[in-house]
Amino acid sequence: MNIKPDLFLTFAKIGAFTFGGGYAMISLIDSECVEKKKWLTHDEFTDMTAVAEATPGPVAINCATFVGYKMSGIIGAVLATLGVVLPSFVILLLISMFFEDFLKFEIIANAFKGIRIAVSILIIQAGVKMLIKLFKEKEKRAGNIVFSAVFFSVMLTLNFLGIDFSTIYMIFIAGFLGLFIFRKRRENK
Amino acid sequence: MIYLKLLWEFFKIGLFTFGGGYGAIPLIRECVERNGWMDEEMLSNMLAISESTPGPIMVNTATYIGSMQGGILGAVCATFGVILPAFAVMILFSVLLKKVLEKPVAVSVLSGIKPCIAGIITATGIYMLISATSFFTDINSLIITAILTAFYFIFLAVRKKPVSPILLICVSAVLGALLEARN
Repeated sequence: MNIKPDLFLTFAKIGAFTFGGGYAMISLIDSECVEKKKWLTHDEFTDMTAVAEATPGPVAINCATFVGYKMSGIIGAVLATLGVVLPSFVILLLISMFFEDFLKFEIIANAFKGIRIAVSILIIQAGVKMLIKLFKEKEKRAGNIVFSAVFFSVMLTLNFLGIDFSTIYMIFIAGFLGLFIFRKRRENK
Repeated sequence: MIYLKLLWEFFKIGLFTFGGGYGAIPLIRECVERNGWMDEEMLSNMLAISESTPGPIMVNTATYIGSMQGGILGAVCATFGVILPAFAVMILFSVLLKKVLEKPVAVSVLSGIKPCIAGIITATGIYMLISATSFFTDINSLIITAILTAFYFIFLAVRKKPVSPILLICVSAVLGALLEARN
């Protein structure tokens, strides 16, 4: 098949069959783009996922753009990205149109009261998983513990007091602090 | 204008989220509350839908909020906004930035951002749980929390892997429907 439609279709398939966010998608991208289509080597794939995690935005979009651009330039990047987005876009568009009507049924409204708890637990779990990973890093353990404890407390306090302070500022502050503290430590070595 | 507003808000969310969709949740929550687009309950409904449908959580929430606020064009604007930073960064990376992320400056900045995000996500989840149980006063929610937490750890102990978001959401839906119906 011509590479351009193939990029679009392959990434549409990846977008349609991964549940639960970007990390689930990475294994599917591996089997489709590395094993089956041989669009990337194993090394390129490892580099790409590292970069995707370190750069802003959805990991799936990062990967689609990278593979698309490598295979077929800007047009390829656009097609792969559109492909990976399209299934979610269509599904969520349809759901958003009918969801409020569904909630009028009492049993569904009740079910969503339970679901609210599950969503909070899933978010806590995602945060704790990241924390555990950071606390396992030998070299930066102390810094990681202090940083995450401080921002955890600040965020929780802001929420309780209902203070409007953008998360974006916090990320900026963390980036600056990281630059000074971790940089200096490296130079001292 | 709502379309530009959606584009701009989601562009910011796409630009400041690192390492997967959960990192976006604190930003999305702040965005919908500041703009008065959703309350805590609607937000949680939407997140449940985003996690039980395929695709990146950020794209799912952008489409949903965009569609609620501005119809199909609103959904297009929000989705375009959230994917634009990732798209642009990866094109730049492919063309000229290849080694930038290995530079000490970039590594140091990310060393600060990563623990900050982990802390912020955990705090957001805990606050959402507290708010879902009406500050620990709603008995039904407390029972559901206890059962789900027990289920989570038993599943982890028996199957040696975390329960999938979809399964946990399904169990919670059944619990919610059963317990709330008693009242």
